[in-house]
Amino acid sequence: MRTTEQTIDEILDLAATHFKTAREQLSPDDDFFKKLGIDSLQALEMLTRLENHFNIELPDYEVQGVSDFRTLAERIQARL
Amino acid sequence: MPRVSMINLSRHQSLGSALGEAVDKFARETCLIEADRERENHRLTYREFKEAAMPLAKFLQDRGFKADSRAAIIMTNQSCWLIAAYAVFYSGGVLVPIDYKLTAPESLALLAHSKAEVLVTEYHFWRAITQSEGFKNFNAGGTVIVTGAPENANLRGAIRWEDPEVKGEPVFVPRKRTDWACIVYSSGTGGRPKGCVLTHENYLEQCVSLTSLYPFWPGVRYLSILPTNHAIDFMVGFIGPFVCGATVVHLRTLRPEFVREAFTRYKINYVALAPLILKNLQAGLQKRFDELPPLKRFIFDRMVEVNRALTQKEPRLELSRILFKQVHNAFGGELRAIFAGGAFCEPQMIQFFYDLGVQVAIGYGLTEAGTAITLNDFKPFRADTVGKPLPGVEVKIVNPDVDGIGQVATRSKTVMSHYLDDPELTGETIIDGWLMTGDLGRFDSTGHLQLFGRVKNMIVTEEGKNVYPEDIERAFDDLPVKELCVFAANYVWPERSMLGEKLIIALRLNEGQELTEELIRDLSRRNNSLLNFKRLSGYMLWDADFPRTASMKIKRFALAEEIRERLDRQAAIKEL
Repeated sequence: MRTTEQTIDEILDLAATHFKTAREQLSPDDDFFKKLGIDSLQALEMLTRLENHFNIELPDYEVQGVSDFRTLAERIQARL
Repeated sequence: MPRVSMINLSRHQSLGSALGEAVDKFARETCLIEADRERENHRLTYREFKEAAMPLAKFLQDRGFKADSRAAIIMTNQSCWLIAAYAVFYSGGVLVPIDYKLTAPESLALLAHSKAEVLVTEYHFWRAITQSEGFKNFNAGGTVIVTGAPENANLRGAIRWEDPEVKGEPVFVPRKRTDWACIVYSSGTGGRPKGCVLTHENYLEQCVSLTSLYPFWPGVRYLSILPTNHAIDFMVGFIGPFVCGATVVHLRTLRPEFVREAFTRYKINYVALAPLILKNLQAGLQKRFDELPPLKRFIFDRMVEVNRALTQKEPRLELSRILFKQVHNAFGGELRAIFAGGAFCEPQMIQFFYDLGVQVAIGYGLTEAGTAITLNDFKPFRADTVGKPLPGVEVKIVNPDVDGIGQVATRSKTVMSHYLDDPELTGETIIDGWLMTGDLGRFDSTGHLQLFGRVKNMIVTEEGKNVYPEDIERAFDDLPVKELCVFAANYVWPERSMLGEKLIIALRLNEGQELTEELIRDLSRRNNSLLNFKRLSGYMLWDADFPRTASMKIKRFALAEEIRERLDRQAAIKEL
């Protein structure tokens, strides 16, 4: 079972790779819209990648209003 | 050719009556399809839709719901949304569609303002509401119905959608055309609520007008993506297709890959999209074109030229489908038109799609005016305008300048009755029967309306969200400065464009106060607590006291004028 910290790390790795951003520039409390320069649709695309990675299904409503990596990790962690 | 099958709306006084005829007339046709990712949850015929709505109507009536009673819906797009709405209209009630993307406190504020006696919502929204601080003031005497509740969930007095058991049939409650059908909030989640009261006539007339340009018929499939609480989907994804016997497809997720898949799986004919989604589709297509080998790209570019030449006067859908078979197949192969709604669309983007034979119908409207005021009819296609006024809709330009640009005003049977409980605001907005839109525009020589910006202090995001500065000011209420005021940047420094709209905050520091990094961090922290589409893009400093009314309200227009006279936009705004 992953810890939340591990989940955050994996999310940051995946976001950095997917959006071609340096991993060291991302931190758990970052606003991913702002930091990655993405819109809400791109955020949904990122979610699909995360779902595949963690092998879970995350309903859209679970991430409504979420904009930082840490909260996102908590939502994912709850479904692992 | 479509079969002419639309019911005669002139015979009807209310939405309940019109929908009632539709569910009987089209009983065997497929009414709703609901899918979740690759799974199909269910599909209902009009008969089954009616059979689902009638017990709910009876249940509501048994609990005292009657003519003019108000029922709110907070739900994502799905069958239950429309079933509940029909049950409300059948019972003579007034529907209050609330944006499901609002926070729980915002929803509670609108529920209180609307005086809704019934709430139909999804379990997770209800859970958020019950956990919200304002819940203790929630009208406990009302009826709350929740969908998707887990078996052992504490529903805090709500009733499961599946639970009501009723005996007997509900009574149809007739309404007059002038009676209220809906209260739709165009803004006011944090400040002064703008509850647009729309009558049955508003909707029936708008429906006649829109279907005269874009008809539906049994077998036509509309993909419902824009939120159903939004005026466009309510009309084009509910009332319009229903009175014509068409099919509405709902998706429980808006992930782009599942949306794309839905086009092909359900052979979608019509869809309404916000500019943001169109942009996403455009980017995906452009990437594919850019990856073509040189020879194929050369041929493709020539085909675009050919299509452009052949569709100059009017669209030739069949021809374009042959020329760009793969593109059209990606949209399911049967797409007739995309309605672009909710926000301004860049002409280049619309032209991009038209060049491929994909018709994007640009319109212009606002909740206060029903659904749409103008719509492009493709005779011929014009990417740089928002089309001509719809049949039965008058549009004029008030106080035009030397270039013919002035405020757009409209008058028609589709214009709302008034703002709920706000005669002052109604009086400022509807003047001698003309609705002042707050947008700047002019007519070109062919009668097409072109938009150039806004008079009003607000922005519309690419997702189609209206954001009023007053609504988000509360997030900055106790920021340690002397005074603050949120503006739409284009309100302070008007630009003749509908693009690049952003919100800024004007800060007046205390005597001797410095702009510290801590203050900026505090500002950013509060800004980040807002939903992303409501966030400020920047801040500016102002060195004089704000002009105020006798009741100490900021005179926003006067302050904006003062700022404009003394400060340059680029130099004044610091990015947040």
